[in-house]
Amino acid sequence: MTAQQPTTQAPAQAETVELERAVVKHWKAPISYAVLTLVALLLTVVLGRDGSATLRLASSGDLFQLPDAVLPARATGIVIVILLAALTALSFWAAATARRLGVWLPIVFGVLFVVAFLTWAGAGSMIPIAGLLFATVGLSVPLILGAMGGVLSERAGVVNIAIEAQLLGGAFTGAVVASATGSTLVGVVAAMLASVLVSMVLAVFAIRYFVEQVIVGVVLNVLVAGLTNFFYSSVLTDNPALNSPVRLPKIPIPLLESIPLIGPALFKQTIIVYAMYVIVPLIAWGLFKTTWGLRLRAIGEHPMAADTVGIKVNRLRFWNVALAGAVAGLGGAYFTLDSNGSFTREMTAGLGYIALAAVIFGQWHPIKATLAALLFGFASALQQTLGAIGSPVPSEFMLMLPYVITLLAVAGFIGRSRPPAASGKPYVKQ
Amino acid sequence: MAVEHPTLELRGITKRFGALVANDHIDLEVRAGEIHCLLGENGAGKSTLMNVLYGLYHAEEGEILLDGAPQRFAGPGDAMHAGIGMVHQHFMLIPVFTVAENVLLGHERALGGLAGAKQKVREISQRFGFHIDPDARIEDLPVGVQQRVEIIKALSQDAKVLVFDEPTAVLTPQETDELMAIMQQLRDEGTAIVFITHKLREVRAIADRITVIRLGKVVGEASPQSSSTELASMMVGRPVELTVHKRPPVLTDNRLEVTGLTVLDAIGQKVVNDVSFTVQGGEVLCVAGVQGNGQTELTEAILGLQPRATGSIDLNGNELLGDSVREVLDAGVGFVPEDRKVDGLVGDFTIAENLMLDRYRGAPFVSAGTIDRGARDEFATEKLGAFDIRAQGIDTHVGTLSGGNQQKVVLARELGRPLSLFVASQPTRGLDVGSIEFVHSQIIATRDAGIPVIVVSTELDEVVGLADRIAVMYRGGVVGIVPADTSRDILGLMMAGERPAGIPAPTPSKGAAA
Repeated sequence: MTAQQPTTQAPAQAETVELERAVVKHWKAPISYAVLTLVALLLTVVLGRDGSATLRLASSGDLFQLPDAVLPARATGIVIVILLAALTALSFWAAATARRLGVWLPIVFGVLFVVAFLTWAGAGSMIPIAGLLFATVGLSVPLILGAMGGVLSERAGVVNIAIEAQLLGGAFTGAVVASATGSTLVGVVAAMLASVLVSMVLAVFAIRYFVEQVIVGVVLNVLVAGLTNFFYSSVLTDNPALNSPVRLPKIPIPLLESIPLIGPALFKQTIIVYAMYVIVPLIAWGLFKTTWGLRLRAIGEHPMAADTVGIKVNRLRFWNVALAGAVAGLGGAYFTLDSNGSFTREMTAGLGYIALAAVIFGQWHPIKATLAALLFGFASALQQTLGAIGSPVPSEFMLMLPYVITLLAVAGFIGRSRPPAASGKPYVKQ
Repeated sequence: MAVEHPTLELRGITKRFGALVANDHIDLEVRAGEIHCLLGENGAGKSTLMNVLYGLYHAEEGEILLDGAPQRFAGPGDAMHAGIGMVHQHFMLIPVFTVAENVLLGHERALGGLAGAKQKVREISQRFGFHIDPDARIEDLPVGVQQRVEIIKALSQDAKVLVFDEPTAVLTPQETDELMAIMQQLRDEGTAIVFITHKLREVRAIADRITVIRLGKVVGEASPQSSSTELASMMVGRPVELTVHKRPPVLTDNRLEVTGLTVLDAIGQKVVNDVSFTVQGGEVLCVAGVQGNGQTELTEAILGLQPRATGSIDLNGNELLGDSVREVLDAGVGFVPEDRKVDGLVGDFTIAENLMLDRYRGAPFVSAGTIDRGARDEFATEKLGAFDIRAQGIDTHVGTLSGGNQQKVVLARELGRPLSLFVASQPTRGLDVGSIEFVHSQIIATRDAGIPVIVVSTELDEVVGLADRIAVMYRGGVVGIVPADTSRDILGLMMAGERPAGIPAPTPSKGAAA
């Protein structure tokens, strides 16, 4: 066997290996649409309610006032059910012919369904849409920041179940330090540091001692809940002065805040929310455009490959998990220094887990995870708003709504999303 | 320079893992512009040595000199800076990154960002005629091209010593030729090359010098003009029979008939595409092909492990497709999976327990829901002797055995019950020569007992040695079924998807199988 000159070889094109594909028909989506269309039909026609829903689009201080949208419940419902049925039929046709439809279909379907639901639930009363959006942003902030912590940590290869602990630890520390020092900003920094501390415990056990990361995370969640409960009942209840921080001021941004509908929701917020506006794109840009991001993703995908080009895998993992804690800690500070104004027992109420769901639903991508968190935040806001106007749905059922949506979203899409290959696997060197 | 030093010199390298001495005072010299082959069996300590050289392991004793200057490597980064590049056996490429990103990783500043990395990829590609798109994602590239990315990665760091660790394991014969041409071109440009392999043919084709190591020790140097037999006996430490001895096949009535078998993966790709063949009792059908062309899925489909399979798998008139694995095993199918540690054995179980793994229901080992330890241990003791399993006893955990002894446990279990079909997937992968000889003799004995045998192998030597007929697979389909005496060149072409003139096309499905 003699070796030949490379030039005489058949050119080895950098071609894509494509296997022949069989026609695979996916019926999951059309069937889901059909079920939802039936639900809409049931609600708006069979259980239809008379009267009109008034969707209030304006709020005081808008640059120009949008008129209220008055939608007759039954008629709107019927029109939307027809549209939903059409979309469902389209989806069935696409599935039968193994065609792919764009992402517009689920979005349009979702918006139509929400409008139908709102007009039905709000028949005879007024729904403040601007308020609904404001609540959506407010409820999404800790989810988004928690999810960013999750994205950073998991992209670096450490499963972060401990987002809940990071949020709760941040919330508690933020409240206490801000109260004790009288400076809210010091409280914010302290919240981030506390959360970094939680992250570092996770990092040490996961990276140094190869402990199963899910277990460390769950234990941390229970530990931080227990600790904060203890200090709350033994210290804070007797010293209310330690649990009355000065809340962060709302800083309206001139002009932007008076954009109708979205202005107040987006641009009349505290420094934490504005920081979030910067952090999310910064992480997205950093992950995919910088050396830091390249190395971070490398150690989460194939740590040994990173090691062989001289990257200190475990050190880099440690500091990035710590950074993830800082971001999540900002979300924790939001609870006590922005939205609530004092610490209460287990006030994060499982939102850390919802943030984790947003990470997975968002396919470990900062922007997509943010959108997922917004969806979950919207579901919570909807529940609150409908509870306030007295919707026909039992309030217990409405409380389930965000979690049902989370469950459906994660179940429906999880098959398609691929986690970082080495997430959860410690890197052991000989 | 007053004295001309070798580019790379290893002196007295010793590396221990616990009680095991993986490298025992190894000396090695490589000069600029030569290809130095490190020849040794699987488990001889070649890869350990190279990982020491590359800073991945720390040696207990010995020193590494580059151009006469002693080096201390705290990690691979140091080794790379010193000018050592490595093409790893398991590619150190991140599958979701592009070519340029993989080259850039770790050298972001030196290469001047992504644009610089792309430029570098183009430059080196051009020099070697690689045609690699810097923006292609690694996971979309064929393995042969991925390996070139590994080479580019090493060259982008201006490596003066380049280590190729078992580089041909994943390549077709043609790709192997191309790789050797690349290695020669590098040598002629003055790179010092270490070529680690256990394949004698390649060593003889390309080596300037040969160092043979066995059981962690240097046995000696050999000349590239040595015969394969000489090299093999040096490598193994005793005379080795390189050919498989077998009588002409005596066909029996046992018959496996696969017709139009198609297997889909989760996203609808036809990983096995309309495959038809027959195997008769008394013959070995070898399935050749580069890894990842559907062989794994084919064998798994026969065993009932693939959920999305259509077509027909007929064993002596009994349709196996759609049967559960239990039913397939009860029909007398013996199966050696390709990854014995993952699919073949339970590492934390003892030899005796592993030997009854697929016979946990009923006689002879289980009665009234309890294990009959007497029967089990008697069976295990007998197999321990019959299959020459070197272990302290039947209570040894299989995870602690060597690869060869583990494979013997798998064979003892699968051949230890009455069979009507035997399927062995990569039966000798990673084994030492002694074990390979044993496995081959067992396969031939099974064939001579009148049982249809299917052997999947990516090693052409093994295919040619064992087969009565050879089916070559490429991208899920069977390119052709040819006699065992077909030349390597033709087999190589077929492994790349070409069907040379004169080779009959495989029988289309629904037709009568030949």
